Amino acid sequence: MYNPFALIGKTILVTGASSGIGKACAIECSKMGARVVITGRNEERLLSTFEQLEGQGHASISADICQQNDIEQITATTEELDGVVFAAGVSKLKPIMALNEMDLQTVFSTNYFAQALLTKSLLKAKKIRQGASLVYISSISGNGNTATGLSVYGSSKSALTSYVRYAALELSGKQIRCNTILPGRINTDLLQNSTMSDEQIQKDMERYPLKRYGEPEEVAQTAVFLLSDAAKWITGTEIKIDGGRTLV
Amino acid sequence: MEKFIELFAEQFDDIDIATLNAQTRFRELQGWTSLVALLVITMVDEEYGVVLPPEEMRKTQTIQELYNLVQSKL
Repeated sequence: MYNPFALIGKTILVTGASSGIGKACAIECSKMGARVVITGRNEERLLSTFEQLEGQGHASISADICQQNDIEQITATTEELDGVVFAAGVSKLKPIMALNEMDLQTVFSTNYFAQALLTKSLLKAKKIRQGASLVYISSISGNGNTATGLSVYGSSKSALTSYVRYAALELSGKQIRCNTILPGRINTDLLQNSTMSDEQIQKDMERYPLKRYGEPEEVAQTAVFLLSDAAKWITGTEIKIDGGRTLV
Repeated sequence: MEKFIELFAEQFDDIDIATLNAQTRFRELQGWTSLVALLVITMVDEEYGVVLPPEEMRKTQTIQELYNLVQSKL
């Protein structure tokens, strides 16, 4: 059957695969025929993702991408890649007045530094094939949407989005495509662990023209598109997937 | 010199190392771009601990001249 969106024959690395969007990306990629290499911090939950992958030949690497040693381990262990989904990320809800250096370091370390350092490490070791697709999960926060208490999260995500445009330009010579996905609020642990009350969440949901939060699978399917040959001429762009949130 | 050419070639997206030698005028190579130039400067810094002054680097035309410049700074 004709299907330019399929990932058959491709090997895809997914970071942050132990939960949320990363987990969904790993599972969707496997359903589309890819061999998936998953990585994440929580070994137990990583195993749960691994067990849900369809097809054969997948691999799992328990690692914390904020540690340089672990980045090196991922780089050394993984085979050559046709795509990477950078889904590892952390959130923080804290007003400007309450921020401390640790908050900044924690959020930027995962949401920005680790992404850039893993990208570099994989490239340097020639683990990213010519024609590969790199997909970074950013956020509408800091990229069109501004909300109280999310200054560090939002600014780390706009830094990431900006980084990806530079990567798209610099890696174009190798025919490597780099794109960003900007999700609105998605039903994941990241949301459940946030300090918002149920009532606040309900009220916030009302601000979405489509009147609900997104599902991880919906973001994953956008990632599948960007990884696939259907997106072969797309690089350096951002795809918003936010139920219309940034319209209002 | 052989090692230097190897490292030099690695900075290009796609180049056949067999086409390079000490007399190669690297600025005329098809793959030579401002990005490759930056990568070469970084490589020299990382591998030789030499920071190439842009005005001196600009004067080099062949890989040999670039190599000599690096050697003179060691």
